[in-house]
Amino acid sequence: MQPFTVLTAIAAPYDRLNVDTDQILPARFLLKRRTDPQYPTYLFRDLRLTADGSENTDFVLNHPAYRAAKIFVGNANFGGGSSREAAAIAFDRYGFRCVIAVNFGDIFYNNCVKNGILPVRLPEATTAALRNQLHTKPGSTLTVNLPAQTVTDAEGKQHAFDIDGFSKSCLIEGASQIDLTLRRLDVIEAFEQRYAATMSWADVR
Amino acid sequence: MLQSRSMFQKIWDNHTVTKDEHSGEVLLFVDRLILTDTSSFHAFDHLRAEGYKVRHPKKIFGEPDHFAASRGPTLADIADDERRELVSALGENCAEFGLTHFGLSDPRMGISHVVAPEQGITLPGLFLLCGDSHTSTHGALGALAFGIGGQTGHIMATQCIWQRPLKNMRVSVEGVRAPGVAAKDVILAIINRLGPAGGFGHVVEYAGAAIRAMSVEERLTVCNMSIEAGARSGMIAPDDTTIAYVKGRPWAPKDAEWDKAVAYWKTLPSDADARFDHELTLDAATLSPMVSWGNTAADVVPVTGRVPDPANEPNADRRRSMERALDYMGLKAGAALQDMAVDQVFIGSCTNGRIEDLRAAAAVVTGQGKGRKAKIPALVVPGSGLVKAQAEREGLHRIFIDAGFTWGHPGCSMCVGTNGDTVAAGKRCVSTSNRNFVGRQGAGSRTHLASPATAAASALTGRVTDVRDFMQGGL
Ligand code: SF4
Repeated sequence: MQPFTVLTAIAAPYDRLNVDTDQILPARFLLKRRTDPQYPTYLFRDLRLTADGSENTDFVLNHPAYRAAKIFVGNANFGGGSSREAAAIAFDRYGFRCVIAVNFGDIFYNNCVKNGILPVRLPEATTAALRNQLHTKPGSTLTVNLPAQTVTDAEGKQHAFDIDGFSKSCLIEGASQIDLTLRRLDVIEAFEQRYAATMSWADVR
Repeated sequence: MLQSRSMFQKIWDNHTVTKDEHSGEVLLFVDRLILTDTSSFHAFDHLRAEGYKVRHPKKIFGEPDHFAASRGPTLADIADDERRELVSALGENCAEFGLTHFGLSDPRMGISHVVAPEQGITLPGLFLLCGDSHTSTHGALGALAFGIGGQTGHIMATQCIWQRPLKNMRVSVEGVRAPGVAAKDVILAIINRLGPAGGFGHVVEYAGAAIRAMSVEERLTVCNMSIEAGARSGMIAPDDTTIAYVKGRPWAPKDAEWDKAVAYWKTLPSDADARFDHELTLDAATLSPMVSWGNTAADVVPVTGRVPDPANEPNADRRRSMERALDYMGLKAGAALQDMAVDQVFIGSCTNGRIEDLRAAAAVVTGQGKGRKAKIPALVVPGSGLVKAQAEREGLHRIFIDAGFTWGHPGCSMCVGTNGDTVAAGKRCVSTSNRNFVGRQGAGSRTHLASPATAAASALTGRVTDVRDFMQGGL
């Protein structure tokens, strides 16, 4: 996984509330492999394209100024709904590295971290101000500093955010959760020995 | 002195490897992991890309079920290339990493939540996980089991999972069920009392005389639907019924290990003074056959009941969702459920696709329903290859086929429709599955959840039917 430390990139604002994982990645793409070269086009597919397959010019990612965006600024209750990991994979494959929102669906939040995307929670007024700046000056950049836990907005103002230590170290090191758990291999092995001694019947031979 | 503990707490403690002081999460050791055809391919891709090894291949079982075709047992019968590829990918991935796999041509294949208990892969006291949300089923044997979404890769590589502590609820069903009231009716009544989110963040232990009196298969039906009340899992303390069920199954411990296991299982039931975060008690004698009217499993009434009126609902959000449900389901407030015309019937799924379920449905057809033919399309899909074989030994398939039902090959089938068995838009289906969500059985499908006996009786009449009328020689 690509480590995440400091990122300065164009940010795309999206005002809608309650963007669930079905809007992020419609269910009919659930069976697609992450190596599918078309994967980036599945992100927000039904919002980006109209029924006849042409681009919906109103949708933020179709605006020329935001095409190279690596940061997505949403609103409240982002990524709720079905637990599909593919929603985070779609953000990753599209090229996003950071999603900012007021709050996230739990599973989506974890799936972001697992896929190397930094989810940032900021208060409602702050996310509204960020989106406002980005709407006013399309193509503006934000700077997200994970070690310092700050977002610097288009006007140079800094906003602090919270993140749990486990997700933070995963992202900074570009380590997967598996890597971090395997660092405790000695504890796991010691457990397994104790467990095998008392619970031998539970093993599979 | 040890603090008194619930069964859930005992199993949780016994599997605790370590705790992360930062996050408060606990690292738990996993005894069994089940992979299905829908939920594992991202995990395998990840393992390969990062070069991880599977830590305990023997503890992991691949069981294709969602895409298995009911029209035939081979890959060629599967609906389309994409699904065919996922089913064969599961087999290839299992072979590559050395995991046990019950492929389509294996006589033991079937729905993972039917196969694992049947094979003795599920045992009391174990911690068992699967990507699928109805993994709560396995708790019926006194295991801790739940669905885990996208974490299968982590478990394969570490045989462990990080979890936040869960709350613990006890639902006691006392008394004796009346004839015609199935385990399915009991769990629907419980979910109705808890509400669709009433179990959120909890593991539910089902207890009480009516639960004790149930067979293991009935208990599997009860635990299966815990998730429909929002609970992470359901469980039932192992007792002599459980032990007799497990004994001799292929993956169950043998000889000295068996004795050791049984001795341990006897220590599992919750201590008499164990504390629960919530308690609910029901009297089984007051329960009737249930039928759902809305789009959550909590939206049920007795089969003799009426569609509730949203106007009587004081909570505005709840009222609006009731109105939406009635609109989607094409129902009017106050309408009687019984005798409402039905377009088709589905008997099967991990809730009600076991041999006792098929016997209960067949008994309606051979009992008071004798000589009748299904008035509407009715699909019966056994939960596993072994259930199918057993049913055919007993001649149940003949009973169904002679009465005009379709007899399918094992899999999830019309429970979720991902294998192509769907309910058409606007059509009404009495189904023994567990979810009546909008579009669950196909876009626009209208699902009424019910027991196998209710479903069979409804197939014979073409209407929502009170199975007790059949039993009393009515109709
Ligand atoms: S039968 Fe239905 S609920 Fe059970 S595992 Fe299959 S799709 Fe899920």
